Amino acid sequence: MLDVDVDRRLGDFRIQASFAVDEGLTALFGRSGAGKTSIVNMIAGLLKPDRGRIVIADRVLFDSDRRLDLPPHRRRVGYVFQDGRLFPHLTVRRNLAYGRWFAPRRAAYVEFDRIVELLDLGRLLDRRPATLSGGEKQRVAIGRALLPSPRILLMDEPLAALDEGRKQELLPFIERLRDEIRIPIVYVSHSIAEVARLATAVVLVSDGRIEGIGSTADIMSRSDLFPLTGRFEAGALVECTVAGHDAATGLTRLTSPAGELVVPYVRSETGTRLRVRVRARDVMIATERPAGISALNVVPARITGIRTDPPFAEVRLDAGGAVLLSRITSFSVDSLGLVPGREVWAIIKTTAFDHRSLGLAKP
Amino acid sequence: MPELTSVEWEAVTLSLKVAFWSVLASLPPGIAVAWLLARRDFPGKMLLNALVHLPLILPPVVTGYILLVLFGTRGPIGAWMRESLGIVVAFRWTGAAIAAAVMGFPLLVRAIRLSIEAVDRRLEASAGTLGAPPLAVFATVTLPLVFPGIIAGTILAFAKGLGEFGATITFVSNIPGETRTLPIAIYTFLQVPGEEQAVLRLTGIAIVISFLALVASELLARRVTRGTGPT
Repeated sequence: MLDVDVDRRLGDFRIQASFAVDEGLTALFGRSGAGKTSIVNMIAGLLKPDRGRIVIADRVLFDSDRRLDLPPHRRRVGYVFQDGRLFPHLTVRRNLAYGRWFAPRRAAYVEFDRIVELLDLGRLLDRRPATLSGGEKQRVAIGRALLPSPRILLMDEPLAALDEGRKQELLPFIERLRDEIRIPIVYVSHSIAEVARLATAVVLVSDGRIEGIGSTADIMSRSDLFPLTGRFEAGALVECTVAGHDAATGLTRLTSPAGELVVPYVRSETGTRLRVRVRARDVMIATERPAGISALNVVPARITGIRTDPPFAEVRLDAGGAVLLSRITSFSVDSLGLVPGREVWAIIKTTAFDHRSLGLAKP
Repeated sequence: MPELTSVEWEAVTLSLKVAFWSVLASLPPGIAVAWLLARRDFPGKMLLNALVHLPLILPPVVTGYILLVLFGTRGPIGAWMRESLGIVVAFRWTGAAIAAAVMGFPLLVRAIRLSIEAVDRRLEASAGTLGAPPLAVFATVTLPLVFPGIIAGTILAFAKGLGEFGATITFVSNIPGETRTLPIAIYTFLQVPGEEQAVLRLTGIAIVISFLALVASELLARRVTRGTGPT
């Protein structure tokens, strides 16, 4: 769908990125300053690569060999900026409608009313951007970028400027976007919580280079990549279904390949599919089934790999087909006699889950 | 206040006409030059900037003399205009308008340039990603955001046009009904004993016009910026 192969020098910094993106939401994930924004700017035509080629579905946007460089307005690439960048002199309605003047009508696939409904913008239409909250601004910015019916949507840390409450408010809208508007989304982020919740695929960016590409679960569980992004964030993604709620205890039961997981109350109906992120440092290992323990989640698992980096070790587990990662000390690995192939119990505290690690999965 | 005599009235309307046309004619090139100076780097930018600001620094009489040399019937521009366009500006009200335009131009350009520099260029980039070609971006994003600056520059240039004296009298002289603008009329009446009343009346008119222009610009700027600033 989108093929990128670009080279660009920025002072001492060099970006060399080559990757392909399909439908769904692909996260460009990496630390601040890794070159993520420069890469999406090159896709949008705001930054010119020194060399390379950018193609969206057989349409060449940039090709240094053929000296082809479409200007931004002819690329049909939607862009949601970190800071919204709404036009201050226009109402929300006219901000939204702005791009439709220029979009080819035949290629339109979104309706004004549908976007207004999808992003819940009805009450905002006659207001000016200066009177909107940060979250409202970003919703308008997303709607504005979608209304010209772009072939691809770029989102550059759309939540970064918002406080935690506003982020939680906006996440469901981005999930709906991913699931209901079928265009590829490239989502720049340095937040693993956002990536775990939203992404269908991840492109890991470090120091201007692509260090890994794969499905979100794959990349998240590859502990070898995590020194690049902050090692304590390593963890696994488990696809679950809501099995039921218990109002008395305030807990929600999830069914997963690993067995039943008990997590803090999730505001989703029974049967909803959820994606749960389990951080490696939240998973303990026991060689026998523990009794008299406060942790509510004890699941059988088999060790599939161990990577030691004293004083720590990363143990890879297979729990009924779901991959779990456990970060323990290399001392424990030795004293418990943990080796690949051994059957063990993985223990996860219910309190290790929070609203950041519980996200709606793609249906 | 006693009635204006026809001579005085003539000076007032002539001044308004001269100021109006000088501003109207200098707006398009003023916006273009302001944009060039704010946004583009090119060889000779310093020279253009100096040229635009020259009338602000030169003694007005010198500017008027240069205009006379250039636009006079035998001057390089004046001769060409007469022969190919059939237009003569020397000692005509149109010449007074040219003098006013040249004198007001630096004020106009300066105000517009400052407000173009204040426009967030990232807004223009985002308009581009929404499919707007550069000219459309200019018309729909840059220009509306620059509008308060354009108003401010227009008012300054208009006021300059009303009050311009030195360059005008040097270039197009003091011809009643043709080039005798308000300030030149005041000066003329001052030279004649017993015309203090006329001087007083014209002075009052000048104050009223200036005041009205200021209020109008204030109202207009407020209408344009309403809702765009932080509230």
